[in-house]
Amino acid sequence: MLLSGSGKGQPGAVPGWVGYALLPVLNLVAAFVLSGLVILVIGENPVDVLSLLLTEALGYPEAIGYTLYYTTSYIFTGLAVAIAFHCGLFNIGGEGQAYLGGLGAGLVALALTGWPWPVVAVLAILASALFGAAWAFIPAWLQAKRGSHIVITTIMFNFIAASIMTWLLVDVLIRPGSQSPETREFDPGVWLPSMDRALGWFGITIPASPLNLSFLWALACCVLFHLFLRRTRWGYELRTVGRNERAAVYAGISPARNIIIAMLISGALAGFVGVNEILGVQHRVILNFTGGVGFVGIAVALMGRNHPVGIILAALLFGVLAQGGGQLSFEYPTINRELVMVIQGLVILFAGAMENLFKPQVEALFRRRGSATAADAATGGRS
Amino acid sequence: MEDALLLALQLLGATIRVATPLVLAAFAGMFCERAGVVDIGLEGKMLAGAFFSAAVASATLNPWLGLLAGIAAGVALAMVHGFACITHNGNQVVSGMAINILVAGLAPTLAYAWFQQGGQTPLLPSQARIPAVELPGDDALAGVPVLGPIYRELFNGNNILIWVTLVLVIATHWVLYRSRFGLRLRAVGENPAAVDTAGLSVAKLRYQALIVTGVLTGMAGSYLSTGHGAGFVRDMTAGKGYLALAALIFGKWRPGPTLFACLLFAFTDAVQVRLQGVVLPVIGVIPVQFIQMLPYVLTVLLLAGFVGKAIAPKASGIPYVKER
Repeated sequence: MLLSGSGKGQPGAVPGWVGYALLPVLNLVAAFVLSGLVILVIGENPVDVLSLLLTEALGYPEAIGYTLYYTTSYIFTGLAVAIAFHCGLFNIGGEGQAYLGGLGAGLVALALTGWPWPVVAVLAILASALFGAAWAFIPAWLQAKRGSHIVITTIMFNFIAASIMTWLLVDVLIRPGSQSPETREFDPGVWLPSMDRALGWFGITIPASPLNLSFLWALACCVLFHLFLRRTRWGYELRTVGRNERAAVYAGISPARNIIIAMLISGALAGFVGVNEILGVQHRVILNFTGGVGFVGIAVALMGRNHPVGIILAALLFGVLAQGGGQLSFEYPTINRELVMVIQGLVILFAGAMENLFKPQVEALFRRRGSATAADAATGGRS
Repeated sequence: MEDALLLALQLLGATIRVATPLVLAAFAGMFCERAGVVDIGLEGKMLAGAFFSAAVASATLNPWLGLLAGIAAGVALAMVHGFACITHNGNQVVSGMAINILVAGLAPTLAYAWFQQGGQTPLLPSQARIPAVELPGDDALAGVPVLGPIYRELFNGNNILIWVTLVLVIATHWVLYRSRFGLRLRAVGENPAAVDTAGLSVAKLRYQALIVTGVLTGMAGSYLSTGHGAGFVRDMTAGKGYLALAALIFGKWRPGPTLFACLLFAFTDAVQVRLQGVVLPVIGVIPVQFIQMLPYVLTVLLLAGFVGKAIAPKASGIPYVKER
């Protein structure tokens, strides 16, 4: 229902790469043209601004480190949204699940002072998964058993998570004697090593950046995601429920069970953001460290067509935007960080909500060519 | 006794002021959701309304031009939503969210570039703000024991938009249940195929509903930045759009209950401000955050069917495709 409009099963002369590559690129171009207009309205030169954005995101090793650090979180939330999508669910609650995941990772790191970091890292991964999954469980259970619309309940759970976390940080976990609502800093021994430190062990030197080992875990999650969905019975059942719930029931697959499983995995994946942010970078639990990653995850999943490779690419794109856009304010006094959100919003609008904007025209173009060379049309893939 | 009455009245007065933008936004959502278009972009439209009202009011010193600009911004974004969801059958939730993120970035970006005040508009002077209505007879009633305070706290000195909202609430009820447009609107949200068969354009009706949504959200934003407040500040809607959505669901998509839900949520907010740090008997101090999350918890409980049953318009959220 939620993924309607993909035009599956439609016979046509349009090659597959149009749907996977050309249309997303066209949408992206449209989003960037409009972003350029906004920059023009502000009174700057769009080409200069956008090229500076690219340089600041990919132009030198340190920038790439920052970009990949943002990418890490976006891969986690992108996968989280995607697995729910595969089961026909729309998980808008990535934000709250990531927030709680950070709490889980943070509690482990606070409790295990003096332990070796690999043990802490593994336990923190488990704890963040547990906390994220637990936060996703309630909306999942309500959807599966009571039919409560998961979009609304997960939105509400984002707000509830924000309130609980504020309360915990202001009243409970706050470092004694501190004014700002955050926990004490973790013992440096339990920090998740940054990539420059980790590579340093092998004699490779790269500039310092927030990029840490959780990036490797994100890539591993992509592989596990693919294996789970395509190579296991559970993944098959989950996708069946997403494709056709009634067919699943006839096949003896329980939709309720799969809805809950999908959301538990989704919440766990979103929770891993906490490992990257809290254990890898902030080294303490702070307010609002998620900063919209859960919402960007929706765009990442949509642009990446819910496929791990696509999600990595889309996460990289949004990582570039986050890093490059954040740097613009240093160069241009009229531009501040929020310009990134404008571009993000436009990309989500065009790549997500208006994904079919250019479809009729492009398909018509290919059909006209196809009818001229009928042989080409016969070999055309699925649309 | 006198103090208790005054306190109660002040609470109710605050409730009305907090509830007004909620009511406007929730009723905005009611129009489009009753027509079958889910709009989680209420927040973004409100924020856009708030920014453009304040920006125009600040530039022209005319609050009414500001109000118009706010409404125009709301309608423009509603049309974007319509273009994505009605014309292109896009995903309504994604579109609404994109609008929220877009505006959350756009408003401070433009404010930053135009006013150079760190993402705000300048403080509006009083002539650039939508005025309050000073009713006659305040002095005459001032001495009257109960009536005087009630008149002063609840009726006199309310912003014009509060009265407009009151009228709109009644008008909405009439439009939805007594007018031909309302009947068609509700039909298109329940069974668009039937409306289509009757020879009416589903797309046109949904666009009309979205125009109303845009107008109301724009007004809600205007109230925030030029009526209640005196200028735009970053993220000034602070989740009110989502709260309005919660109120709409809590009110089961009906005008009366939705109004009640908005007032209830606003009342908890007004109480919350008073309760901060107050030690209650037995319970002790209730952390503010727990009162703030109350509306969201209530909505989840309602959706779970623990507090009655929330049944959404049947076709809401589903794009209408002819001849499926």
